[in-house]
Amino acid sequence: MRADEPLLDWTWVGSHLDDIAFRTAQHLALAGIAVAIGFAIAFALSIWAVRNPRIRGPLTAFAGGLYTIPSLALFAALVPFTGFSILTAEIPLVLYTQQILIRNIVAGFDAVPIDVLEAADGMGYSRRERLSRVELPLAVPLIVTGIRLAAVTMIGLVMVLTLIGDNFGGLGLFIKEGIQTFFATKVYVGAILSVTLAVLVDLILVRVERRLTPWAAARAQGGAAVTSAATPARA
Amino acid sequence: MAAERQAQVAATVEFEHVSKRYPGTQAGAGAAVDDLSFIVPAGKICVLVGPSGCGKTTSLKMVNRLIEPTNGRILLDGVDAASRDVTDLRRGIGYVIQQTGLFPHQTIGENVATVPRLLGWTPARRRERAEQLLAVVGLPPATYRDRYPSQLSGGERQRVGVARALAADPPIMLMDEPFGAVDPIVRERLQNEFLRLQEDLAKTILFVTHDIDEAIKMGDLVAVLQLGGKLAQFGTPEEILAAPASDFVARFVGADRGLKRLSLSRVRDLALIPAVTGRTGDDVRTVRDRILADPFHYMLLVDDLNRPVGWVHQEALPADGALVESMTESMSPLLDPRTTLKDALSMLLDADVQAGIVVDAAGAVLGLVTAEMIAERMRSGVAGSGA
Repeated sequence: MRADEPLLDWTWVGSHLDDIAFRTAQHLALAGIAVAIGFAIAFALSIWAVRNPRIRGPLTAFAGGLYTIPSLALFAALVPFTGFSILTAEIPLVLYTQQILIRNIVAGFDAVPIDVLEAADGMGYSRRERLSRVELPLAVPLIVTGIRLAAVTMIGLVMVLTLIGDNFGGLGLFIKEGIQTFFATKVYVGAILSVTLAVLVDLILVRVERRLTPWAAARAQGGAAVTSAATPARA
Repeated sequence: MAAERQAQVAATVEFEHVSKRYPGTQAGAGAAVDDLSFIVPAGKICVLVGPSGCGKTTSLKMVNRLIEPTNGRILLDGVDAASRDVTDLRRGIGYVIQQTGLFPHQTIGENVATVPRLLGWTPARRRERAEQLLAVVGLPPATYRDRYPSQLSGGERQRVGVARALAADPPIMLMDEPFGAVDPIVRERLQNEFLRLQEDLAKTILFVTHDIDEAIKMGDLVAVLQLGGKLAQFGTPEEILAAPASDFVARFVGADRGLKRLSLSRVRDLALIPAVTGRTGDDVRTVRDRILADPFHYMLLVDDLNRPVGWVHQEALPADGALVESMTESMSPLLDPRTTLKDALSMLLDADVQAGIVVDAAGAVLGLVTAEMIAERMRSGVAGSGA
């Protein structure tokens, strides 16, 4: 980098708005697909685990094990099978969401008070009605917490997809190119936008949670303090 | 009022040799409920009472099949509960639990309308029913309907729990320590309100408590259970207090069972002593004759509406002339005919007088009651009209 170069070259930014918008949208889409597919799988597995306590231990252990695999190793291991396709990009992301989502979804169902379940049974809820009308709504705060953590984690992780190929770079591609060409503006644009994206998505999901749980707002004005089944941050 | 309603407001509940044993416990030992048989007639409150671990909650939960009996049958209006579809059965039985089990994510109105919604009532009808029931349990619908359970006090939540159980007008109600989680003052009020409500509702109610005083107060019938889920005694509160069937029952109801029985009888159950009364302006000489003929040697001065003003002792009477109010020297506590004998005795002892004056709703004198009469009642074998 040259010493006289400004921190951000606004001329470059101004002439590359299309490119920036496209890669931001791509970044969001790559993370969104992982969270959406990951949630569908994690939700089904969690319901299964909630109904069958015996599989809970093995399931959470397995999801936890997946989370410990280094992302680069996983991408490399998939290339022989899925090539440099979107599958190679998304499969690891989806796997990584499982640990975060399953823990929080199961914790959400566990948090439903036992007396509420007993009352629901005693009043003649069928099992399906109890799940959809009582347990699920009450599990929503922790489920949304899981989705928030997964979304923020995936937005961070999409940054490294650029290593598989420029097609899946998202905002990470700006950083890779910026480093390769000694152009600081690209690095800053990629970093700042990805952080902004993570913060915005998190704020939107907090709003969604409040919409879904008006009763929780009535209970406590405690704000958006996240109580979650703790998951270590992933780089 | 109950008799004017349709026949289907209540149902008999019959336990027929019901036992519950959990796997792993040996036969004959460690049963949760052991060979329980009793009948609760339609419209009566039967209280299951006993120490913790006596199987009272287990017995209750076998009625709506949250727990299935190992042996025996539970008949609801003659029909075996086990033969009915379990969700249908439960929707037809009101269920109230100590922790209320209100749905935190639903408003009070939605909570109350839970069973009507399960039964497929229209929203308009559910809403109308919820508002009606909130009013019945003393929660103004306009204030409470749209709140969430977390915004209510413990006592208010219990009322909502009762309203929710009543929503589909079930003939049978199961209540598991429904007033156990609130403070004694609120509990007393909820108990009284519920008994008043039951006079209109006339549901068949199974009510679980570990508190013998609550059992005596709430029960038309009391089933005393002992450890191992055995029925120690079944009868009216009066019968159980007057003649405990075993040492266990005697110990469980307590050494003060004589006093407890007093809370079952009311002043109106006693044959009141007529009071010698006089009005301002009456001739002192005729009054004196009447006082001397009376064991108390006191006369009760009353006003034109026969309401007591005060006592006049014979020594305070002048040789002749007319009665005037300044001759009165003391007053006694006024008792309502509905006052329990326990409360009446306590008031008499507190006031340190020989007799209490029983007055009607308008305040007119009905007669006198003395501490001796109440003590006599306590000593007698079987007191008259019980519950």
